[in-house]
Formats: sequence, C-alpha cells, structure tokens
Amino acid sequence: MHKKITNIKQLKLIANTIRQDVIRMLLEAKSGHSAGSIGLADIFSALYFNVLYHDPKNPSWPDRDRLLLSNGHVAPVLYAAMANADYFPKEELMTLRKLGSRLQGHPHPGSLPGIENSGGPLGQGLSQAVGMAIVAKAERKRWRVYCAMSDGEHDEGQTWEAIMLANKYKLNNLTAIIDRNSIQMDGMTEDILPLEPFAEKYRAFGWRVIEVDGHNIAKFIEACEEAKAVYERPTVIIAHTIPGKGIPYMEYLSEWHGKTPSKEQADEAITLLEEERKRIEEE
Amino acid sequence: MLKTKEMYLIEDLLTSKNAVSLRDGFGKGLLEVGQENHNVWVVTADVQESTRVNWFAEKFPQRFVQIGIAEQNMAGVAAGIALCGKIAFMSAFAAFSPGRNWDQIRVSICYTNANVKIHASHNGISVGQDGATHQALEDIAMLRALPNMIIIVPCDVEEARKAVKAITNRFGPAYIRTSREKVITFTTEKTPFEIGKANVYREGKDAAIFACGLEVYESLKAAEQLSKEGIECAVIDCHTIKPIDHDCILEWAKKTKLLISVEEHQIYGGLGGAIAEVLSEEQTGAILKRHGIHDTFCESGDAKDLMRKYKLDANGIVEFVKEALKSIP
Repeated sequence: MHKKITNIKQLKLIANTIRQDVIRMLLEAKSGHSAGSIGLADIFSALYFNVLYHDPKNPSWPDRDRLLLSNGHVAPVLYAAMANADYFPKEELMTLRKLGSRLQGHPHPGSLPGIENSGGPLGQGLSQAVGMAIVAKAERKRWRVYCAMSDGEHDEGQTWEAIMLANKYKLNNLTAIIDRNSIQMDGMTEDILPLEPFAEKYRAFGWRVIEVDGHNIAKFIEACEEAKAVYERPTVIIAHTIPGKGIPYMEYLSEWHGKTPSKEQADEAITLLEEERKRIEEE
Repeated sequence: MLKTKEMYLIEDLLTSKNAVSLRDGFGKGLLEVGQENHNVWVVTADVQESTRVNWFAEKFPQRFVQIGIAEQNMAGVAAGIALCGKIAFMSAFAAFSPGRNWDQIRVSICYTNANVKIHASHNGISVGQDGATHQALEDIAMLRALPNMIIIVPCDVEEARKAVKAITNRFGPAYIRTSREKVITFTTEKTPFEIGKANVYREGKDAAIFACGLEVYESLKAAEQLSKEGIECAVIDCHTIKPIDHDCILEWAKKTKLLISVEEHQIYGGLGGAIAEVLSEEQTGAILKRHGIHDTFCESGDAKDLMRKYKLDANGIVEFVKEALKSIP
C-alpha cells in the first residue's frame, strides 16, 4: 500500500512538481486542457499522496479506494499525479496524446493500469461511481469511491440522475469532488448556464456538502476525512479553485480551458513555478 | 425441407398454439443465471415488470437496482457495477435504451469493455398500439457500429433463455433484443445455440431467407406456403447479428441465387445491412433483397394488423419472396 504523506509542505512540493509536469506534457503534446489540470494539482497531490488507499505496484488491488475521473479532459493532472506516485515511469508523461501512448487524450482503463474508468463525454463519471458504490455498500466493502468532477458538467442531466440515485441508496461510501473553477469552454459557468445556488442544490438532493478552498491541501484532506464520518448520506466536496492557479497569465481565464502554452509561455510558467517552489521550501 | 429432427424443432411446428412472449424467455434465463452465478446483477429503469426482470428482483433483491426513469444513468451505473467484477444486466425498452443512452453505451460500456448485458424489450412494430414513438426499429443499426458489442435477436422463448446464458458466459458487452408479442415456441432445449452461428431450420434451393426474432417463425410459415406453389426456400435463424455468420451467408449465396433478409427493423443497418456487407465483398453471383421496415415510421394498431400492413407476417413474406424472385434471371 502507498505510504501516506501527512506533511503539508511536502504535499505542496508534490503539487508544484505536478504543475511543472503538466506544463511540460502539454507543451510536448501541443493539445489538451491547461487551466483545469493546473488548478487541480493541489487536490491530486492530496488524493494520491494522502487520501487514497492504493498500491501503485498493484493497481488492481481489490481493496483499493476507487478514484474515477468524470471530466476526463483534465487527464494531464491525473497522469502526472500517477507518475509521481510511481504507477509508471515519469518519462512516459511526454508521450501524452501521441500514437502508441498509454496516456490517451482522455483516460482509458484498457490502456493504462490504475485508470478506473473512461470519462470524456461529460456527465458519465458519477453514474459509474454510483454503480461501484452500490456494489461496495451491498457487499460491505471498506473501500471508498471518489469521483472527481467538473462544475461545468453539471449542465448534463445525467449528472443529476446520478445525484438522485446516490441519495436513494444513501451512499455514504461515495465522495464526489467538484472542481468549482467557474469556467467552461465558452466562458464563465454563471453566464453559460448558472449553477448557483450550487451547494443548496446538492443539499436539496440529500447530500452532505462541504465547501473548501481547493488550494488548501490541509483543509481538503480534512474534508475527505469528514466525509468518511458521515453515515447516512453521500458527500460532495465543492472545492473552489482558480483555473491555472500558480501561473498568473493563465489564472481565472476561460480561454485557457482548452489550449496549451507556447514554448515561451511554458518557460515562463516553469520559472514562476520554480520561484514558488523556493517559497514553499522556505516556509 | 424442414429440419425438424436435426435441429430438434417441435413436431407440430406449423399448427402449435403454444405462444409465449420472448421477454418471458429472457426473464427465465436471467433467473437461471442469477441462481447459478452470484455475480449477476440487474438494473432497470422503471420497467421491471414489463421486461420480466421482476422475477430476478423478487428472488435476489440485494443484487437488483431500480434506477428510475433515467436510462443514461442506468448505463453508467451498470458499467460501474461491471467494473467491480460483476456481470451487470440492464433492462428497459429499446426506444429508450439504447434509444437515449447510446453515448453512455459507447463510452462507459463499450470503450471500457465493461461486462454489461443490455436487454431491450418492446422492439419493433409488434409493440403495436403504443405507436411509432415506442416502436424501436433502429436499435440494431445504432449498436452494430460499436466495437466490442455483440448483438443477439432470439426467435422464441427457448432461444431467448439460451441466449441469456450464452452472453452471461461470454465476457464483454452484449445486446439482447426481445419483443412483447407472443410467438410460437418451436425450438427445444436440444436445439443448438451458439453465438455467431446461424441455425438452418429449413433447406431449399430457390431462395434462402435469413430472419431474426419473430420473423423466423413467420418465415418458416411463409416457406411452407411457398413450397405448395413449388418454390423451395431455406429458412435460417440468424440470431446473432454481430458477429454475423459470414460462412453461412456465403454458403447459401453459393447454393441459391437469391438471399432474403427479414427483420422487424429498418432495412438499413440491421440484419439486412450486415448480410449486404458480407455479400458485397465476395464474388458469389447471388443477390440480396432486404425486407423489414422500408425507411418509414409506423403507427398505432394491433400488432397482428401492423405485421400484415407492413408485410412482415407469413403472407407478406410470401409476397415479398415472389416479387424478389422476379429479379432473378
């Protein structure tokens, strides 16, 4: 089983590494989704190095926690976290989206061990997670199901179908993690199709809601722990994040949802992230 | 010539009154595999009685999930269950599943190669009175294009039961299509059933009728009528549409000059389409005439009246075959 890291400074450094890896991957791939992947680095550092019970050397360990990625387009952050957790060699990150690569543009379980599901068309992941959680609960398994989702994919009706079913089966073994970065392809979520009052919607659907700053690793881990102590309901962690966090020219901008940095922009990002890394080390 | 003995068909095939709905065969098969295999789970979208999964649900409530009227979620949940190492059956009406969850079937089930068995009842015009909205006539075409998917359309209740067992024992996505209308049970426990291998129930030199579902029995009756007029037709139960029985099609394309497909589906993309694809790549000299629904929506009405109107009953098939024979030099 993977050893849990509890030192927050160390988790921050891993998040910084993940951000740098994502930038290099996207520069090399020349296509992919930047802002969401960068914005999720802190959460994925927390998940793969603290929250999840898993074993990178035995990806199909039956008692592992399941992490499903619903918005598959943030695959770069998933791959970077997995490589840093030793699921596969880090060099392989540079094969992202290339012919013959195990790192498909959107994740595929048949291509890479450790991937639990395929998510690309939005709104499908939570249904799959609910199916898994129903089985785990019926069979009294101790493993949990985590489903990482985007806020934008709540435009999809299927998401709400799954939210209702999770409530019906009182899936206390299910934690949904929403990247509330407020952007989607064509602009801001509240302009495209308003989601607010978002937390209230989930509460009305019978879920326990925890809102956190998605860049505060300690608080995020605390929320994941809190979810384990809820016995009657599924939990959703609405993690407020800044798209492109840590790379100022990318932050908050929906135009960075689906594009990749140029060589100059990537160099600038790496320089900024290296400075950030020094600040973390000095903390 | 009917191959009653060789294929273990019932003796009174043409006069039997023992008609049962195909969905009963599905429900029975599901109950059997549920008993034999504790990894079998079932999900449905508010149609448990109509699809006969209620028989499983009553016996194994702990392995049954009532999704509600949410076919997209149903497909995703079934995939999730399957990804836990289970065999997940999802059952609903074809007009809605795969009618409105094709994307979920494509990605959550087929791309993932999840062990999900999709059962759709209430197919074709034999749904009758509900009308065109509920008469799924495009489902085979929708699913045939998906990698990893196999497609079975059983001809009677016994074959439906066997098909459930066969797809349970074969890993991967599968689609089984049944109808609500009752059909004579003319195959028996001993009649062979192998995925991908068509059953020849009748031999004949003038034409070979490839049929699936309810149309197999109608084609057998049609062949008897034609025989009285001196026209000898083979009748083949092409229960597996994907993978299609390539060898059987080519064998009959060499034995006869005319192949006819008969299905309760649009003539595009279903059984007829699959046979056309095989024939177009080989030099056989035979031609294919496709019969089914000819690119139209149908309408409300009694199932038997509709089958008559759209010429999918025995008399209609007789007419179609005679017309088709005119195109043979």
